Amino acid sequence: MVNDIVVNLGYLPAEKVPAAVADHVKRFWDPRMKRRLVELVAAETESVDPVVVAAAALLP
Amino acid sequence: MSLLKEPDYGTPAKPGPATVSVEVDGLHVAVPDGTSVMRAAALAGVDIPKLCATDTLDAFGSCRLCLVEIDGRRGTPASCTTPVAEGMVVKTQTPKVAKLRESVMELYISDHPLDCLTCPANGDCELQDMAGVVGLRQVRYGYEGANHLDAVKDLSNPYFDFDPSKCIACSRCVRACGEIQGTFALTIEGRGFASKVSPGAGESFMDSECVSCGACVQACPTSTLQERSVVELGVPTRSVITTCAYCGVGCSFKAETRGDEVVRMVPLKDGGANEGHSCVKGRFAFGYATHPDRALRPMVRDKITDPWREVEWDEAIGTVARRMLEIKARYGTGAIGAITSSRCTNEEVYVVQKMVRAAFGNNNVDTCARVCHSPTGYGLKQTFGESAGTQDFRSVAQADVIMVIGANPTDGHPVFASRMKQRLREGARLIVADPRRIDLVRSPHIQADHHLQLKPGTNVAIVNAMAHVVVTEGLVDKAFVAERCEGFDEWAAFISRPENSPEAVESITGVPADDVRAAARLYAGGGNGAIYYGLGVTEHSQGSTMVMGMANLAMACGNIGHEGVGVNPLRGQNNVQGSCDMGSFPHELPGYRHVSDDAVRQTFQNLWGTTLLSEPGLRIPNMFDAAIEGSFRGLFVHGEDIAQSDPNFHHVSAALGSMELVVVQDLFLNETSKFAHVFLPGASFLEKDGTFTNAERRINRVRAVMKPKSAMHEWEIICQISTAMGYPMSYDHPSQIMDEIASLTPTFTGVSFKKLDEVGSIQWPCNEESPDGTPIMHTETFTRGKGRFVPTVFVPTEERSNRRYPLILTTGRILSQYNVGAQTRRTANVAWHAEDVLEIHPHDAEVRGITDGDEVTLASRVGETTLHAQISERMPTGVVYTTFHHPISGTNVLTTENSDWATNCPEYKVTAVQVALTHSTAVLQGESEADRVLAWGLVD
Repeated sequence: MVNDIVVNLGYLPAEKVPAAVADHVKRFWDPRMKRRLVELVAAETESVDPVVVAAAALLP
Repeated sequence: MSLLKEPDYGTPAKPGPATVSVEVDGLHVAVPDGTSVMRAAALAGVDIPKLCATDTLDAFGSCRLCLVEIDGRRGTPASCTTPVAEGMVVKTQTPKVAKLRESVMELYISDHPLDCLTCPANGDCELQDMAGVVGLRQVRYGYEGANHLDAVKDLSNPYFDFDPSKCIACSRCVRACGEIQGTFALTIEGRGFASKVSPGAGESFMDSECVSCGACVQACPTSTLQERSVVELGVPTRSVITTCAYCGVGCSFKAETRGDEVVRMVPLKDGGANEGHSCVKGRFAFGYATHPDRALRPMVRDKITDPWREVEWDEAIGTVARRMLEIKARYGTGAIGAITSSRCTNEEVYVVQKMVRAAFGNNNVDTCARVCHSPTGYGLKQTFGESAGTQDFRSVAQADVIMVIGANPTDGHPVFASRMKQRLREGARLIVADPRRIDLVRSPHIQADHHLQLKPGTNVAIVNAMAHVVVTEGLVDKAFVAERCEGFDEWAAFISRPENSPEAVESITGVPADDVRAAARLYAGGGNGAIYYGLGVTEHSQGSTMVMGMANLAMACGNIGHEGVGVNPLRGQNNVQGSCDMGSFPHELPGYRHVSDDAVRQTFQNLWGTTLLSEPGLRIPNMFDAAIEGSFRGLFVHGEDIAQSDPNFHHVSAALGSMELVVVQDLFLNETSKFAHVFLPGASFLEKDGTFTNAERRINRVRAVMKPKSAMHEWEIICQISTAMGYPMSYDHPSQIMDEIASLTPTFTGVSFKKLDEVGSIQWPCNEESPDGTPIMHTETFTRGKGRFVPTVFVPTEERSNRRYPLILTTGRILSQYNVGAQTRRTANVAWHAEDVLEIHPHDAEVRGITDGDEVTLASRVGETTLHAQISERMPTGVVYTTFHHPISGTNVLTTENSDWATNCPEYKVTAVQVALTHSTAVLQGESEADRVLAWGLVD
């Protein structure tokens, strides 16, 4: 799901995409989904899209 | 209210100021230029006798009853076809016209049954009235001459009778079918004495192209076309003005009753959305409200495999409260939630989301907009700043170019479609973007200038291509963009890229580049351009992107902010707009304000006296995922049948089956109730007091005709559950709920039941700034200030056809049935659509050895089902289509987990499938009807 968000926000300048993805997740995702995303990124950092990694790092 | 008889001024009103002064029987009146003498007389308080004239139809001048004398003019002109002139002096009652009228009536009555006292229209017949008005005392012709008294009745339509022996050949029905409905199913066959009303080429009504909208029945001045319910029950004695509970058009009706039994639903002429018109569903298909299938007693069971046990309300409500609290205690506050109804009133929806936020203590509330127009909410908020359509329905009358994208209004929004067709017949141009050749593409007196028959899943490519043409060919409304918008330069640079050109996307969309260029030029340069769209836009993996793409296109062409333009979502359900307005979203409070907004949240906390969460809750698809994962255990389902309507049935059923508590509040035991532990009987719209909000943001009153058959109002049930869970909630009347909504919601501050009773309906925003409501939005500025251009990159869906599943399935609705069919399947509408069928192109059928009517198996990567095939040239090759009105079809067994990236709106419109002749029934459909009843549980 988060990969779709990354792709669809890809029109933004590259440096702005992580923050935009993080903002979208913050605005629309339930806490357990956010937690799972952070856990997934932590567990599989190397195989996850770097943009997603950067976005997850911006989540509280 | 006793029976409401609306005045009939004889001919339609003319627009403009009242500048022409005339005298009628000594009375002076001023009317707009072009007004008929008949209407001017009526406005002066003088009713001229009439039979072929009615103010919903253009003047015809055939009955010759309305003759008058005009000073300075020869003869006795028909007042209906004679326009006023300044200083005209009209005499409506002279010996000459009296004699002429009496003669006309003699002719009519000489060929008419004399059974007034036993006729169904006794007391409600214009012919009877006119005979009295003209003072008919004899019929000198006698009754032995040639006549039509032996004409055979046509009883083929389940809702109305056609008795040609009573017909006076006034042509009102023919004209109503053409002018109002736009179907042109009726004609006058023959001439002179042989004239007779004929549905089509000598067919019965049922076999003809009649869509059973009832316009002919309403127009008929006699009992020739008569509701069967009136024949059986008698003429009604009381009227209650209310709002239809079917689609998002929100037609206003007079529910005409005898006691609390509804005899008929008659569309209200002053109805803001429908102005006196209706469709087969609202007009006739109300019988589900009193169907024997209605479940009227609360029921509980420990396990979903147990039979149901009827209980009293106290026990049912107590069970819900106790079990919800137990789940909260065991699994946490976030383990329970609710789905609100898009068919219940604003007041009911409001209290459900209040119960979730205040009593459940979380934001796990969502609504069926999730699966239909949630991308509209997202996309229009991003671009315009408001999650709603921009115009009222009347606006289409000023459109010069109408673009219909992913919608089928003649089936899904028929009363609005009739308005649209009127405008198209006047000369407006039409662009249709749809994989199917919907009826609008070519229908009586209408032909689309362009049918962009795109492949499913390529909407964004098409809208980008059109926008590319607008920008690169210099068709942008630069003044509008400069004054009203932001982000244009960046967007223009993006959209101008070669990969967005019609030529570049032709192989993707399947639409010839020249057609796209022509359509774009037409939309940009053809005058007022209006976009109307539906679920063929939103129910895609890029639904939100497409909404933003259309908004970009409209802004670029200056097609926002006045009549005749706009971006108009055709919202499906009667109160899906209202459900969204009422904050049935996990991330938004009423009025589309984010739960993280501290100031907004504080106003609710202050009034509600409790702390509210600032983080979003679960959306419906997330509820299912969380249920399977084990963290979501209790669900309150209010007036929704998610087991039938939501995609990927196996996933939904697994989720529902894994929960500890599922509560269903509904009219019937539906597919979802198979997974329920508590069933709470709901109330139909005929039993409710409240409001619905339609697709044009119009808040209409819903008024009860009868008491709730379950003995409880739905809002009362919710309040009692909330109270039992520890958050006291009580109101004396739903008007108090609306007052609370108005006190908390800036777009609703001027709304109240009192105001609605005074003015009929209000389009929000209705507040100090707009005390009379807001028909057209964004007129001076956008809600967000400047309209925002958002680049819309086309991302193909992951759902692709392949060797195993070479076809694409798309789904939709049909006129006579509605959504999951819970209501319409329990009416005579089954006569038109007894089953969901698979529409397939002749080529695709032929290569598979399929002929019309064959049983076929339809399989996707997630499931399979069987349907009967219908060969149809409306379909392009490679695309098949079906509806989802019958649970036995199991259409959503096939649909996948793919969804819109921003909102999780399911991608119903793109499912890769294979179709083959079937030789055995799929497992899902192996049950007999008896098995299905058993599965619902036996009542003690």
